[in-house]
Amino acid sequence: MRFSTLQRHVREGSRNIWRNGWMTVASVGAVTTTLVLVGAFLALMLNLSNIATNLEKDVQIKALIDLTADQAEIDAVGDAIQRIPEVASVTFSSKDEELSSLIDSLGEEGKVWEMYEQDNPLNDVYIVKTTDPLDTISVAKKIASITNVEEITYGQEVVQNLFKFNQYARNIGLVLIVGLIFTAIFLISNTIKITIIARRREIGIMKLVGATDSFIRWPFFIEGLLLGVLGSIVPILIITTGYYYLSHSGNALTQFSFVELLPFSPFAIQLSLVILAIGAGIGVWGSVMSIRKFLKV
Amino acid sequence: MIAMENVYKTYPNGVTAINGIDVTIDQGEFVYIVGPSGAGKSTFIKLMFREEVPTKGNIVINNRNLAKMKWKEVPLLRRDIGVVYQDFKLLPKLTVYENVAFALEVIEETPRNIRRRVMQVLDQVGLKNKARFIPDELSGGEQQRVAIARAIVNHPKLLIADEPTGNLDPETSWEIMRILEEINASGTTIIMATHSKEIVNTIKKRVIAIEGGLIVRDEHRGEYGYEI
Repeated sequence: MRFSTLQRHVREGSRNIWRNGWMTVASVGAVTTTLVLVGAFLALMLNLSNIATNLEKDVQIKALIDLTADQAEIDAVGDAIQRIPEVASVTFSSKDEELSSLIDSLGEEGKVWEMYEQDNPLNDVYIVKTTDPLDTISVAKKIASITNVEEITYGQEVVQNLFKFNQYARNIGLVLIVGLIFTAIFLISNTIKITIIARRREIGIMKLVGATDSFIRWPFFIEGLLLGVLGSIVPILIITTGYYYLSHSGNALTQFSFVELLPFSPFAIQLSLVILAIGAGIGVWGSVMSIRKFLKV
Repeated sequence: MIAMENVYKTYPNGVTAINGIDVTIDQGEFVYIVGPSGAGKSTFIKLMFREEVPTKGNIVINNRNLAKMKWKEVPLLRRDIGVVYQDFKLLPKLTVYENVAFALEVIEETPRNIRRRVMQVLDQVGLKNKARFIPDELSGGEQQRVAIARAIVNHPKLLIADEPTGNLDPETSWEIMRILEEINASGTTIIMATHSKEIVNTIKKRVIAIEGGLIVRDEHRGEYGYEI
């Protein structure tokens, strides 16, 4: 294609945006509404997923060692844990270290426990982390079967529920986003179809003077692209400003230490680009789909 | 340049519009197609720029066999054929200039050549001073002249006109005929379907009469009429 032909297509496509008046407003409105929803949803999902990943990273297994075990036996337990393939790290924490961290964590009330410093009732402990947090449960079972391991703790129920919740949230979110995008494509393709029906005669005339299908399709392609891009401006503004306030003001959300929002930059910028790309994609797909059947003249 | 061999055309609804036609038309000829409404004139014309595909038989135009042509080649065929319609078929939102230029944009002519050539043909049909008007602002005769300008702008070897004077008053019709004769004089083949007895009998050319999907008469310098 000649450059001047491309220029022509761009000119025609942008002119159509203007000429179609209210139809353009309707299409852009459809894209805007969808993208606001998709954008808000994406922001929510990605943050949830981020929080979930952080929580998963904190999941650890504590293997309590039999009080009667001697040093050689303790080392043997450590080696046995090391040999489990899914294990990422093993840290030894003696019963004295366990007691002082317990006392620290309880603050004033912890003072009561100081009297146990002479006769420590706690166990020596191995703190184990797995490479993939999802392996926690199976690794915990393997550790439990090692001799001289008295007990294991990993917050069984919390971990299991957390993993389930994360998986559900991701899947449902994905389905909703895909659904929203298809709705938008359907809406935009319908509005463009209406404008094309009005131009059906024109398309017929173009074909009669020897225009190829792609020649006729190009301006519509540009038009769809522009509609999508125009439709993504407002959602980007709403979502970036919204996110800015959410992540910068000390609000209820950020009071929980485990709720840590993804930082405004680069997250908001990445999200804006994604919204722009989805908008452009919806516009192009919608318009190219709707013109297809009008080309058979 | 145009050869039809044993051509039949039956529409999906069962109507047979062309019932076995053999005809040859040479480069540079001016041919009137006459016949009553529903005789198959329009189908005959539509077959020539492949708006319709023959059910049987061969149509060869400028060495292209239309019956075996691929869908992708159709635009290329149409670029070599200018078509003028009774209802003009101009793009309503474009100016006169843009309507004519469109046929050149399609073949990716350079902007410079487009400007030069469009002004040239608009001059030829006497509409140079109306280049910026839109079709609705013009009279019927003027709109038909725009359509003719568009049809000839890329130097087609063949110009097909389907009742080009059908919607025009007699005086305007003569004006259109004068332009068509000029185009023919420069070597372009012209095939024109018409109902105008006056035109056919005054400007004497080859006359092909079609009735019931068949050629019932083919005469050089013929008269109007289709009853045998």
